[in-house]
Amino acid sequence: MKTLEELLAIKAKAQANITTRESADGSAEVTRIVVGMATCGIAAGARPVLNGFVEEVSKRNLKNVTVSQTGCIGMCQYEPIVEVFAPGKEKVTYIKMTPDKIARVVADHIVNGNPVTEYTVASLKE
Amino acid sequence: MRELSLNILDITENSVSAGASLIEIDVIEDTSLKTLSVSIRDNGRGMSEEMVENVRDPFCTTRTTRKVGMGIPLFKMAAEMTGGHLELSSRVGVGTVIAAHFKTDSIDFTPLGDIDATILTLITMHEEIDFVYRFKIDENEFVLKTSELKAILGEVSFNDIDVRMWLKDYISEQTQIIRGGVT
Repeated sequence: MKTLEELLAIKAKAQANITTRESADGSAEVTRIVVGMATCGIAAGARPVLNGFVEEVSKRNLKNVTVSQTGCIGMCQYEPIVEVFAPGKEKVTYIKMTPDKIARVVADHIVNGNPVTEYTVASLKE
Repeated sequence: MRELSLNILDITENSVSAGASLIEIDVIEDTSLKTLSVSIRDNGRGMSEEMVENVRDPFCTTRTTRKVGMGIPLFKMAAEMTGGHLELSSRVGVGTVIAAHFKTDSIDFTPLGDIDATILTLITMHEEIDFVYRFKIDENEFVLKTSELKAILGEVSFNDIDVRMWLKDYISEQTQIIRGGVT
């Protein structure tokens, strides 16, 4: 059973982390991962995609990466859609995202800077 | 929508967009009457009478990317397909209440699905909002108040990985207990 006492212990541990994180962050620019969470996105399966990105980013303890949500991106037939805004780079739009694609996007793109082109909207032109 | 919990996520996002600081979500099942009621109450900016009249119409939306809005029509349809109905009341400056009533023995009843994931998504993505979530099956009830969790956590975020995993496990354990599963 999970208890509120456990939560208090987790808090103490997390507080120690916050201090180290703040000093490590400095002024580096942030990479933003944005998941479309309007009706179209949610119906197409955006909920596990959003939660999957949040968990993958925090498991890897990635600094300067945020995961957030937005409304309808305007291409409902390609939902779930995820946009990645990396500092100094053009926006990359991933389409028809599923939880099993997340680990690769985070590893290749977010960590190593190489977008997974076969999952992006650009792959449609082929 | 494949699960009612996805409708609940979608409809609650409207409360978030309406600038609510408090959102109450009630999911109440009565197994002898074979009914499920879902209500979402917020203290957001509310809607005018005209908007309340029109909002069930798919061709009414506040979004700017196109001229349709499917959130409330889909929720209404899911309820009406089972022989249930949808209620909506709203006042400008006060807030909005939307309640959908389902008959669970209907062949067209959409299962509730992963309500835990919906609640986790809402409370972790919108930490600035206080949520009160009530899940009740017959006499068993689980109430989650994020204000109480925030009082314990102080400045520590729900998105701290250990806190998030605790929340996820806590919600799923409580749901199982309510459902009469393992304790």
